[in-house]
Amino acid sequence: MKQLIAGAAFALTALTGAATADEYPERPIMMMVSYGAGGATDFQARIVTMTAGNEDALGMPIAIINKPGAGGRVGWNWFATQADSDGYTLAAYNVPHFIAQSIKGGVEYSTDSFEPIANWGADPAVFVVDADSPFNSMEDVVAYSKENPGKLTVSGAGLFVGHHIAALQIDKAAGTKMAYIPTKGGGAAAMKAVIAGEVMGGINNLSDAFRAQEAGNVKILGVADLERSAFLPDVPTMMEQGLEVDNSSVNFRGVMVPKGTPPEVIEKLAITVPEMFANSRVSKKMEAGGSPMHIMTRDEVIEMWGQRQQTLNELLAGL
Amino acid sequence: MEFIYYFGDVFTPLSLMLLLGGTIGGLILGATPGLSPTMAVALLIPFTFQLEAAQGLILLGAAYTSTVAGGAVSAILLKIPGAPANIATTLDGHTMAKNGEGARALQLSFLASAVGGIFGVLLLIFLTPVLAKWALAFGPSHLFWLAILGVTVISTLDSASVVKGLLSGCIGLWLATIGFDDIMGAQRFIFHPALGGGINIIAALIGLFAIPQVLTMFAKGRGNDGAEVIEVQRHSIMAAIRELFSRTRALSIGTLIGSIIGLIPGVGGQIAGLVAYDQTKKFSPEKDKFGTGHPEGVIAAEAANNAMVGPSLVPLLTLSIPGSPTAAVLLGGLLIHGIFPGSDLFDNHPDVAWTFINSMLIGQVLMCIFGLYVAGLAARVAQVPQSVMVAIVLALSVFGAYSVQSSMGDVYVMACLGIGMFFLERFGFSAAPLVLGLILGPIAEANFIQGSMIADATDGKAAYFMTGGLNLFLIVVVIASIAYSVWMELRHSRYTTKEEAQA
Repeated sequence: MKQLIAGAAFALTALTGAATADEYPERPIMMMVSYGAGGATDFQARIVTMTAGNEDALGMPIAIINKPGAGGRVGWNWFATQADSDGYTLAAYNVPHFIAQSIKGGVEYSTDSFEPIANWGADPAVFVVDADSPFNSMEDVVAYSKENPGKLTVSGAGLFVGHHIAALQIDKAAGTKMAYIPTKGGGAAAMKAVIAGEVMGGINNLSDAFRAQEAGNVKILGVADLERSAFLPDVPTMMEQGLEVDNSSVNFRGVMVPKGTPPEVIEKLAITVPEMFANSRVSKKMEAGGSPMHIMTRDEVIEMWGQRQQTLNELLAGL
Repeated sequence: MEFIYYFGDVFTPLSLMLLLGGTIGGLILGATPGLSPTMAVALLIPFTFQLEAAQGLILLGAAYTSTVAGGAVSAILLKIPGAPANIATTLDGHTMAKNGEGARALQLSFLASAVGGIFGVLLLIFLTPVLAKWALAFGPSHLFWLAILGVTVISTLDSASVVKGLLSGCIGLWLATIGFDDIMGAQRFIFHPALGGGINIIAALIGLFAIPQVLTMFAKGRGNDGAEVIEVQRHSIMAAIRELFSRTRALSIGTLIGSIIGLIPGVGGQIAGLVAYDQTKKFSPEKDKFGTGHPEGVIAAEAANNAMVGPSLVPLLTLSIPGSPTAAVLLGGLLIHGIFPGSDLFDNHPDVAWTFINSMLIGQVLMCIFGLYVAGLAARVAQVPQSVMVAIVLALSVFGAYSVQSSMGDVYVMACLGIGMFFLERFGFSAAPLVLGLILGPIAEANFIQGSMIADATDGKAAYFMTGGLNLFLIVVVIASIAYSVWMELRHSRYTTKEEAQA
């Protein structure tokens, strides 16, 4: 009996206590995605974690749990306040979304609440117009916007997400004022507004815009990134068209853990996870889905978060 | 007629097995409270990683069609609507089951689902290019008026009292404001972190419909346990088929409304069943029978929610825009195989596109056959003693609410709404208008805000919301719907006062 109790107690400590790097992970891991099933973040999270159970990766599968709501705030609030920091609860992050939300307030997290592990994808914002639109370059867009201040309607996925940041940056760079229309229902609804002619232009994810262009529904006028995209070699960046718009609006997606996770666990994850992302099966599936990959290590992500925090503080100060 | 060439692909051994598996699995998942079609399809996506693109989509298509129909099982037998699509089914379906006509209700619901579903898929096959234009025609102003039209339906959903129906609709509209506002990000009525994302519609459905009946059964006490065992009547399938086609009005109204409303991105799936139920009631000479276990209520609601399946995929397949959450999940299933919906799909992968669509067609038939097969057995659920039933419904409710997003917060929300609804029902309020308010509130609000932002940047609010053919048409329908309700209410009160005077 005594042995049994001791055994049970041992098992319990093993389950709840801080795992050391040698043993970790000894049971399946959960990853929280703060957007609904079927969205781009959820879709990509499922692909990049599909090889987690392989011996050369973590050796344990990663299960995706969706906690959608309020543009991601619900999931990240939960992750910052209630998730166990034992290494068995990971989350997907979207930058600049969660940083911009923390600057605007009303949430219980900031960059200090989380520890980044690795980045898997970077989806730049692009400027799209309907296939029949008279606009053929960002120059046309800016010229119209200058002549008709506040009249150029531009759709995007919501306030303080990458799309909105890109719109603010274009306005700042060109000295214009566009009417940014946030839609409910994410990038898909914003794209529908462009194709249906409800708005004159839109800012959307490169991956979704690429598909819409392939289908012949939209024209892509500019990419809000430092370099042209491999998916769209013919579309110039904003910089090339004379607009000082950097990569602040690029939607970076990656994995993080809550603050307080044991350092040896973070270290193990920081080594293993980027390798897991680099698996050729993963990159094949990601490419097939038109999702641009961009693997970054923990140190690179820490630096990127710091930069975003600074740019967004400046950009959102006046709003 | 291109699709006929690809029928062969559906009948290869592996495809047929997937089709059967998807259909049976979908029926079971759909009948489980809390597992909406969207979740069922999302759960199946990992299984398609190992399959060919066309086969993966056969599995997803079959599962989608049968989960929508499977939702009727829990709606009829347990009064737990599996998804918003099945709300209208509970209204008459559950009453029929309580009268011992569960088998008949289930048979009619599966038959009506199949008829509606096949019609919807045929529309998808033959009219896709036309329908794509129609799906895009609805901008923010039109969706706003459509939501208002939905609100006017409230008065007919509650047969007892128009005022109480409107009041519970208002409670629903208020509940819908809880959480971070979707467009501006403002925080409203968030007193607990679990409410940050607002009230989850599925948790609310389970709470509002299932919990009050659990409490009512508790309130009765154990004294009369087993005393009121319902005699479950057997009902032959042939009789059900004959009945379905003798009630052509309900069937055709349900099918048409379901397929038209199903097309509208973002709105369709949730309200198709309710709007069809309302219209069938308005056009019926036997209005009073609705709500008391009238088969036409079940037929209209189920024909509509399955008719919606095909058209709801039109924006996805032609324009690559997912029009519903389930379509978004299907988009993921396509992308994972490197197939982009849109012209690419039909031009370069016709085998995938048409096999997928055909599988939905065959899936409807299989769903109907299996549904009819289990209907007689499933209806025996009504014979389970009440005390056992209470425990089962309660356990399923907690399970269902938790499984939506693995959150205890949703279970608390479900429990609170359920207890509140129990007391509201004592005062003659009913759950259906409340749920409708909860669904329509965010649609009306978000589209109004979005529409006014566009209007302010262009030609002003009045011009944006009040001009244009489609706007005017919708406004006229709204006014007609209100006028109809007022007229019915006046006529009703005149009759009652006369009767009272005579008595």
